[in-house]
Amino acid sequence: MSLDLTLDGQVVPFQEGETLYEVASRHGDKIPTLCYDKRLDPLGACRLCVVEVEGANGPLASCTTPARAGMAVRTVTEDLERHRKTLVDLVLSENPKGAEIDPLRGLASQELAQLSVRYGSDGTRFAGATSGHSRFDDPNPMILRDYDNCISCYRCVRVCAEQEGDYAISITGRGFGTQISAEFDVDLEDSDCTFCGQCIQTCPTGALGDLRALQHADLPEPITATRSICPYCGVGCSLDLLTKGETLVGVQPAMDGPANEGALCIKGQFAWEWVQHPDRLTEPLVRKDGELVPATWEEALDRAAAGFAQAGAEHGRRSVYAVASGRAPHESAYSVQKFIRVNFGTNQIDNCSRA
Amino acid sequence: MSNPLADMDKPDVIFCIGTNMTETHPVAATRLKQAQAKGAILIVADPRHIPLARRADIHLPLRVGSDVALLGAMAHVIAERGLMDESFIAERTEGWDSVREHLKSFTPEWAEGITGVPAALIEQAAVLYAQADRGAIYYTLGITEHISGVDNVQSLSNLALMTGNLGREGTGINPMRGQNNIQGAGDCGALPGNYPGFQPVTDPAMQAKFEEAWGTKVDLEPGMTKVRALEHAGEKIFAMLICGENTLISDPDYDHCERALGRLDHLVVVDIFKTETAELADVVLPASAWAETDGVFTNTERRPQRVRAAVPAQGQARPDWWILAEISKRLGSDQFEYNSAAEVFNELCSLSPLYAGLDWDRIDAGRYQWPVPEADHPGTPMLHVGEFPRGKGLFKTPAYRDPAEVVNEDYPVWLTTGRRLEHYHTRTMSGRSTGTEYLLNEETLEVHPADVQAWGLEHGGMARMSSPRGSVLVRVASDDTSPPGTVFCSFSFSEVPINKLTGSGYDPITDTAELKVCPVRVEPVSG
Ligand code: SF4
Ligand code: SF4
Ligand code: FES
Repeated sequence: MSLDLTLDGQVVPFQEGETLYEVASRHGDKIPTLCYDKRLDPLGACRLCVVEVEGANGPLASCTTPARAGMAVRTVTEDLERHRKTLVDLVLSENPKGAEIDPLRGLASQELAQLSVRYGSDGTRFAGATSGHSRFDDPNPMILRDYDNCISCYRCVRVCAEQEGDYAISITGRGFGTQISAEFDVDLEDSDCTFCGQCIQTCPTGALGDLRALQHADLPEPITATRSICPYCGVGCSLDLLTKGETLVGVQPAMDGPANEGALCIKGQFAWEWVQHPDRLTEPLVRKDGELVPATWEEALDRAAAGFAQAGAEHGRRSVYAVASGRAPHESAYSVQKFIRVNFGTNQIDNCSRA
Repeated sequence: MSNPLADMDKPDVIFCIGTNMTETHPVAATRLKQAQAKGAILIVADPRHIPLARRADIHLPLRVGSDVALLGAMAHVIAERGLMDESFIAERTEGWDSVREHLKSFTPEWAEGITGVPAALIEQAAVLYAQADRGAIYYTLGITEHISGVDNVQSLSNLALMTGNLGREGTGINPMRGQNNIQGAGDCGALPGNYPGFQPVTDPAMQAKFEEAWGTKVDLEPGMTKVRALEHAGEKIFAMLICGENTLISDPDYDHCERALGRLDHLVVVDIFKTETAELADVVLPASAWAETDGVFTNTERRPQRVRAAVPAQGQARPDWWILAEISKRLGSDQFEYNSAAEVFNELCSLSPLYAGLDWDRIDAGRYQWPVPEADHPGTPMLHVGEFPRGKGLFKTPAYRDPAEVVNEDYPVWLTTGRRLEHYHTRTMSGRSTGTEYLLNEETLEVHPADVQAWGLEHGGMARMSSPRGSVLVRVASDDTSPPGTVFCSFSFSEVPINKLTGSGYDPITDTAELKVCPVRVEPVSG
């Protein structure tokens, strides 16, 4: 049986178990949210996602309200928008820097900033106390803990518990005394934190930030994202490479990655600086008088080929062997095996899986 | 993996063996944690009290290298108690009668004597797995890096076959590949016995197919494994090309390996850093790296996915495929006229039945899992649905063997090796990244607190660890993750080249090194 409801005057189908927010966002709607992350159990804390449902007394949080057949739902009305603006004004007053957060801080870090534009809020309407105090004293070089910007949406705590199963951080205090902290308030490296970076990436205000990326905050070029795959283990997590000009400045998880659906671990998230490390090999080397010395590509390739030809001629074609990489892409492994099979007619080829 | 990663939160009984998944495959492990949160039972067999074991409902702390005994005893219990899936056995398998007979002697009491795991615990685990609606097995190198690696895998396969835990959602036998593209390297034919797509080199029809494609008749005789090639360096093997592997540090028996590479007339290394292995080469060719190269990785669930260049290559570095093509042209070949990675990948697709329905554009969003036999095929997220590649699933009868070397008077301690969360392989990459290096910048030897005391060691002090092949100095970390009598170390730090010690033996069928077991002696060093 097909289920449907009316969304802003339009009849739309939905599936049993979906929330109003899920139905509406599938139809391209722009219900604002702050405490929502589609991977997490909805919390219903920020109340930004409220909608009007005919017959209900008062607006309902769409992220926690199950869709039911025959409902008539309005997602944008003057009342709703006024209510939302008040909420955004309030949140911004707690979080004065919320409107100007460097996007390098994290994947969701612009959510509040975007709402401040949409509702014309600048945080001056309700000046007052803020909750959360920053922990700039935490010496870890990966996770910035700028809790002055925290709006207590608990996405970081929930992603750590529900997605990661790590429960490294929790909420202490209440009201303006609310603080996100590790158990016993220790530094993250002394807690159960595995530095997967998921809290950074879900934080809607940039209260948590990627310190490895932020070291490039001053580069003037715009940020470009290029979809790729993590180069470490066999899970094959999808991620976006962030670049400014010719500099690799960071990595963010891909929410639509088939293998990871937004998750990464410490290696995929933070271990990318080797790419442009000064230790990289930048020119061919050949051995001369016992020393490896720089050479041109011409010279090095000639030398490489001549050595293989000579071994083949002196000791037979079976004397030439190649080991392909389990780290490099297919085109590498394919070329290495073809190099042996085509040039020497043998199967003297293996990869590095046996050790 | 027989089943997709997305399946990992669906089993109701999870059996992990020889996998330190929270450290080696963290994102996959999060799915298991989610399955647990939904009520799944977790059984972990591992010599060490690893993080996954700490979360487990049952931890089977088997002695290193005793997997066949443990798994055989679990199968014994299932058979004796009649907990098999009789209809699955009848319809989809063969060899049950002989394996049933074979299992008779694998009593849990016998296995307790070998593995050190209490018989009652073995029985409990076996019953739980057998009674699961959806029982899934996950393993990593803790199963394969043994002289009995093949026997271990066959033992797991017996368990899954006898309980019908294959070919359905949330079940399966799921090896987690350690390296990002080790699956892909095999898919591409970088194997001594297989062309691309695992097509056997011994098959004359394949020989003809590739002769037509490449214009060269390749031998029907399989090549040597890398292990044998290194052994024969200077006798049968005189020139070697090593691509993107720090053989010296990652392979067993460092000294043997160094001598082997030294005996070559000609060594060419293609890499992104001047590794310890590159230092030995005659020619070192700088390769463009991840984030600089377009290409394809295939993950552990057989999913080819595109990697893309986002920044220019450092200095004069070039893609591997270009380098191999240039060398080949100098050897007179006209078979390497490529202008892009896409052309190379599309050639692979045209020659591999597993990739026949794919091409560079089609895998753009990483939507397919192989085999993809033709263009409109949806891919194969789950293997063994309804049928196995050979038709019926075949039971095998692996026998228990001791590791190549066992503890003795001179070397009374079991060393087992592996990876750590923060680092990867020989640290060429993670060691040059601030965060990972900050958290862990020195290797330590994990020793049980009781042993630290008994052996006169000190937490934070230095120890000398020796095997018949060599010795290393390493800092001691008192930690009850390893049980008494077993120590653990990773091979990630060249300052502690643990593979100077390993290399006691190799699986007779695959030549995979027994990196997980090595009897050693551990002594305090003053100063
Ligand atoms: S730190 Fe960020 S994600 Fe966590 S509660 Fe505060 S605003 Fe939300
Ligand atoms: S992010 Fe972590 S789990 Fe994902 S592929 Fe990379 S190393 Fe593996
Ligand atoms: S998004 Fe629904 S209450 Fe916050």
